[in-house]
Amino acid sequence: GLAGVSTRVGVMDKSRPLWDNPVQFVFACISYAVGLGNVWRFPYLCQMYGGGGFLIPYFIMLIVEGMPLLYMELAVGQRMRQGSIGAWKIISPYLCGVGVASVVVSFFLSMYYNVINAWAFWYLFHSFQDPLPWATCPLNSNRTGYEEECEKTSSTQYFWYRQTLNISPSLEVSGAVQWEQALCLTLAWLVVYLCILRGTESTGKVVYVTASLPYCVLIIYLIRGLTLHGAVNGLIYMFTPKLEQLSNPKTWISAATQIFFSLGLGFGSLIAFASYNEPSNNCERHAIIVSLINSATSIFASIVTFSIYGFKATFNYESCINKVILLLLNAFDLEEGSLTADNLNEMKDYLMATHPQEYAQLLPQLKNCSLEAELDTAVQGTGLAFIVYSEAIKNMEVSQLYSVLYFVMLLMLGIGSMLGNTAAILTPLTDSKVIATRFPKEVISGVVCFINCIIGLIFTMEAGNYWFDIFNDYAATLSLLLIVLVETIAVCYIYGLRRFEKDLHTMIGRKLNWYWKVMWAFASPLLIISLFIFYLTDYILTGTLQYQAWDGTQGQLVTKDYPGYALAVIGLLVASSTMCIPLGALVTFVRKRLKRERVSTVA
Amino acid sequence: MLQVLLLTFSVVTVAHAELCKPDAQNAFKVRLSIKTALGDNAYAWDANEEYLFKAMVAFTMRRYSTKTTTQISNVLLCNVTDRVSFWFVVTDSSKNTTTVPGSEVEAAIRMNRNRINNAFLLSDKTLQFLKISSTLAPPVEPSTPVWLIVFGVVLCLIVAAIVFLVVAGIQQRKKKNKESTERENLEEKGEVTITIENGIPCETLDLKAGHINGVFSADDERFTSL
Repeated sequence: GLAGVSTRVGVMDKSRPLWDNPVQFVFACISYAVGLGNVWRFPYLCQMYGGGGFLIPYFIMLIVEGMPLLYMELAVGQRMRQGSIGAWKIISPYLCGVGVASVVVSFFLSMYYNVINAWAFWYLFHSFQDPLPWATCPLNSNRTGYEEECEKTSSTQYFWYRQTLNISPSLEVSGAVQWEQALCLTLAWLVVYLCILRGTESTGKVVYVTASLPYCVLIIYLIRGLTLHGAVNGLIYMFTPKLEQLSNPKTWISAATQIFFSLGLGFGSLIAFASYNEPSNNCERHAIIVSLINSATSIFASIVTFSIYGFKATFNYESCINKVILLLLNAFDLEEGSLTADNLNEMKDYLMATHPQEYAQLLPQLKNCSLEAELDTAVQGTGLAFIVYSEAIKNMEVSQLYSVLYFVMLLMLGIGSMLGNTAAILTPLTDSKVIATRFPKEVISGVVCFINCIIGLIFTMEAGNYWFDIFNDYAATLSLLLIVLVETIAVCYIYGLRRFEKDLHTMIGRKLNWYWKVMWAFASPLLIISLFIFYLTDYILTGTLQYQAWDGTQGQLVTKDYPGYALAVIGLLVASSTMCIPLGALVTFVRKRLKRERVSTVA
Repeated sequence: MLQVLLLTFSVVTVAHAELCKPDAQNAFKVRLSIKTALGDNAYAWDANEEYLFKAMVAFTMRRYSTKTTTQISNVLLCNVTDRVSFWFVVTDSSKNTTTVPGSEVEAAIRMNRNRINNAFLLSDKTLQFLKISSTLAPPVEPSTPVWLIVFGVVLCLIVAAIVFLVVAGIQQRKKKNKESTERENLEEKGEVTITIENGIPCETLDLKAGHINGVFSADDERFTSL
């Protein structure tokens, strides 16, 4: 709160609000870094790239890239005591563009990220029913069967695509704004506004909840998940290391990318949070703590996710077997109980021998049930969070309780990340004297939230999820890599590594370890450059960009090409943030030139 | 005499066999899953249960249309399997050789499906009439969707909290402004008496007019916290 109000007058900072204690700062960083990506992206990567073996590249990247870059951002924020724009201006006036680029990317992120919180609210409010609305299909108009679309796919997918999103068949068909989703989005923004209303005073208290509650829920889910029938199947499947994946370059790139984006580097949020620190705060220790907790949470969350996967896969496998048994019983009029899961294969052979014709007729309907195939369905993103998990939850006992807990956890994770994003936008605004003196910070926060809410209504339209995917895939990826690369080069080579080292020694009182220096100067920039080159070549090689559209008539996703204007929007997203960096340098250069000319003409 | 009786009996049986066979006209297949429904309490399917079934179908036909006087003997069962599935057909009570049209039977059974299910302690899923689709019971929907109620509660709480914080912030700022104006008034009153220190009036020593030596102020930062 305002405990650290400075009594000095006229020095570089006026009374800057501070965190009440270092714990609030650590919790804020954890709350920001531990987000939905830990829950829905890491398990997917683990599954795709070698199970337990993926942990090797993951930890290597954490040490080479994660910890050094996190420490650097925290140190810059704590030293400069300004938001991203001000901090980079101090390092070099030509780098004000880096700060602006961070703010632009944060703005894009906050536009679309809060929609996830809106969806979490929607599912949370629907969890107070018995049975859960995604457990059964709705009936069709003449009540003789279930809705056609729901029959073709599953009830959870139907609830997500039709009743939540009401998704249109393609991006071109925009459709109308869904008023239910718009309401939930408004509520989500009101909640965010409530948390950031008073700046660090309110944020500092909120992060106690948003940082710790997800862990409580994860522990409950861990206990519940491990005791579920079939959970062991999922865990064995996940943790069996497939070490041959280590030779696949995509494994290493995915590990690097995951560490990079999971910590939330480059948005300016970490700089903003650190700027509210006491100057003597030991941010080195905090950087190590936060990055380790972030990675540990990812692994913890994937244990939970894989026990849930195992449960769901076993449940589906047994349902499949039961369906086959019923089909055979009905077709051959055998006594109930004569076919079980154990004797199914022998009975199938026997029936094939004794009634070849009828069996041949039945063959197309007899699916080969395989547990492996069920476990192999790797899902990430909103699909995992809202479809797979809700499918598992509907089969648990007391499903309403687990549903409420789960979606409250998603909300806490999402709001925690939103606090960081909005801090990245608001701190530079409140730092700038032009705006801060005219308007109180409640008004500035309110205006930012309001603008974001209005723009966010785009994502509540019928085609909204497609626009969401565009923003999710392209708004932050390339720009962040470039921003962090410029940041690292700026600190090491423009500001000077020795000068920075001396500043840190003054702040913290300890000498900088050679490990940090080597990573900052060589390893991390090289890694980021290689990631950048990889992404560029990937985009160029794939040619046209495609997206997954939901086809209601078939009940599954189909691949389509982006229309021209969508590609233009993607280009605009990437360009508007990356171009800030050179533009900022150019504007400063021109201004300095003009000032010099004015001075010389006066003299 | 005996021969005539035997002849008529065989004719009737043959006629019945003609009327009730798999895929016959106006015949329906029924499938029961007793073990699935009742587990350990499952009863065995025997002639008595068949009699009950015939009775239920006769009852259904009578209930459907007061004109018909269907007897239990009018309901013919055949091809009973271990699955417990069989075919049945309802013959016309007035003429024993024709069957009641399938549409009538279907309508009758649809109307009284619940009674038939309950007689056998089964449900629509475990007592299946294969060509007769059952109307599924729609889920109970409250007049106001539940989610809107929860949404309303949460929304009110959040808005109340926001209003409270904003108003508290405005009041705090007003108090601070009042305090600073009071301090200014006190200073103005103090200026009436000029205090002199070492021959220099104290007003000129006022911080607003003086210079700050940046070196001393910056020094505070160099000390690390204990």
